Amino acid sequence: MAQIFHRSANAIARASIYGFAFIVAGALLTGYLLARSPYRTAEEVIRDQPVAFSHEHHVSGLGIDCRYCHTTVEYAASAGMPPTYTCMSCHSQIWNQSPALAEVRQSLEQGRPIAWTRVHDTPDFVYFHHGIHVQKGVGCVECHGRVDKMPLAWKAESMTMEWCLDCHRNPAPRLRKQEDIFNLASPRLSESEGQQLVQAHNIPVDRLMNCSVCHR
Amino acid sequence: MAQATLRHDETGDVPVLGPGHTYGTVTDKISSIVLTEPPRPGWIFGFAVSFVLLLMFLFAVLNLLVRGIGIWGVNVPIGWGFDIVNFVWWIGIGHAGTLISAILLLLRQDWRTSINRFAEAMTLFAVSCAGLYPLLHLGRPWLFYWLLPYPNTMALWPQWRSPLIFDVFAVSTYATVSLLFWYVGLIPDLATLRDRAKSRIGKVIYGFLAMGWRGSARHWHRYRTAYLLLAGLATPLVVSVHTIVALDFTVGIIPGWHTTIFPPYFVAGAIYSGFAMVLTLSIPLRSYYGLKDFITDKHLDNMAKVMLVTGLIVTYGYLMEAFMAWYGGNPYEEFMILKDRPTGPYAHTWWLLLLCNCTIVQLFWFRYFRTHPIWLWVISIVINIGMWLERYVIVVTSLHADFLPSSWGMYHGTIWDYMTYYGSIGLFLTLLFLFIRVLPVISITEMRELVHEVHERGHARGGPAVTPGTAHP
Repeated sequence: MAQIFHRSANAIARASIYGFAFIVAGALLTGYLLARSPYRTAEEVIRDQPVAFSHEHHVSGLGIDCRYCHTTVEYAASAGMPPTYTCMSCHSQIWNQSPALAEVRQSLEQGRPIAWTRVHDTPDFVYFHHGIHVQKGVGCVECHGRVDKMPLAWKAESMTMEWCLDCHRNPAPRLRKQEDIFNLASPRLSESEGQQLVQAHNIPVDRLMNCSVCHR
Repeated sequence: MAQATLRHDETGDVPVLGPGHTYGTVTDKISSIVLTEPPRPGWIFGFAVSFVLLLMFLFAVLNLLVRGIGIWGVNVPIGWGFDIVNFVWWIGIGHAGTLISAILLLLRQDWRTSINRFAEAMTLFAVSCAGLYPLLHLGRPWLFYWLLPYPNTMALWPQWRSPLIFDVFAVSTYATVSLLFWYVGLIPDLATLRDRAKSRIGKVIYGFLAMGWRGSARHWHRYRTAYLLLAGLATPLVVSVHTIVALDFTVGIIPGWHTTIFPPYFVAGAIYSGFAMVLTLSIPLRSYYGLKDFITDKHLDNMAKVMLVTGLIVTYGYLMEAFMAWYGGNPYEEFMILKDRPTGPYAHTWWLLLLCNCTIVQLFWFRYFRTHPIWLWVISIVINIGMWLERYVIVVTSLHADFLPSSWGMYHGTIWDYMTYYGSIGLFLTLLFLFIRVLPVISITEMRELVHEVHERGHARGGPAVTPGTAHP
């Protein structure tokens, strides 16, 4: 009886059986890495904006406080995006002919907000409240990174649920003293100082891992 | 039971193999269905009907994916409806395969030989149908992998204290072991088909699947070892899978679910329905394809006996449930088991269930009903319906009236529930019809072995010897 398969079929069969394990392992590893990569999380991906607004220039160059523009960050869920009037509080006087700011002037004339490209987009099923984080002493820098060194804004952290829970499990090291919350250059406190702040702010660490804290 | 089987054979009562068969005739007969025969009109008709049902299933599932589980009848308080009823029903049916293949193999019951291949295939297809339901029940089936423990960006891990997660592992293990068992058993037969195939494409496909089987002594030795090991592995699964399915219910404190009798009587019920399905399918199959020499009346008789035993265990389970409801003194349990089920809004399903599962099976005490295929066939279908009703009663009645009358409600399947249910029967039958056409429905290898054994037994008795003919892989 003639052979159906060539002799090499044996080698191919063995290679494919052993190889299959590596292919599966490789596929799983790729999935694992891809899920955490900037491709999916947009971490450290610089976003184009309608106006080339530089946080670096405004924060470290001019020393403007975060709250000057993000006015509701201490009290509301949303930190708040500044209306064009806020820009114009300075730019009606300086750089008021600059072509880079044509979009801003147009926005004011037409009464139409500037359509910024969102950098941090929390999913709709997550209830995130800026106010509570700031009130309990979480420094801006812990989530947003050194915004004072960003010419155009990017996401400093992955903002995966894993990352959120990392801090919800153990918030102490991320806390800042009242005067340092908005100071992006302030260093982290020592373990004992952090624990003191947890006590002082009455942070219910045992309940921070409950599903309903964020998913309501 | 081993004793009884032997005694029947020795007295030449009803044999497990028709007379006059040799290695050659067995091989010819079984492989011809796949290799030489053109599709028969009955097969084409049956396949067409099943395929239409399968298309209906796909349509219902597509609609579910687009519109969500709101198209089903489930809603608070009855969050488990047809989806879970069908899941348990199908997974129960899937139990006959492993029981026949593994436990009866280890117990050396030679009557399993001609039905094991078929029952294993049935198991696989039933488990495929069963596995779909919990996934569709998720609401967002595309996130099914959240059921598995894997390092994810959400830092989430399954709740190991929940039997629902045991279930994921129980069912997937069961499916994997059943598939391996079935496939390993097929390898020598695939080699036979490869050697007998006429067309090049047939040779290549069967040759590929036979994995280079040459029938050497070393092959046989390893095959035997692997098959026995797999049988050993599969044996605990016969009881573990449905035990865990039962735990899905019993861990809930819902009246009518929270009882310890559930696991054993679920397992018995699973075997009961599994054998019923084997009979429902094998009776027309053996008649249509002339396989009565291989699946003899003795097989039917034995299966009927297994059904009688498991049917009695199930009946005992119902009785104990009722007794404990009264004896336990829990008013909610008593209300559910003794009042709501027999007289409540779903009473008709409960009474039908008793009729189908506990009453009609008593006919199997009589030899007449065990040996007349038409009766067996009708009764096996009745029992399949009864087992479906059992799951319906357990799932729906317990949820519809729990502790507080303010949270009582009614459940009825919608058109989409019924389409998914009947559609999954279409999926099951489509796979089965394809299986009949492309793989040997009876294990050729084991039938040859049986020919040899019957021959040897004839020698030992000094009776007329059957000539087995020459061995050929």
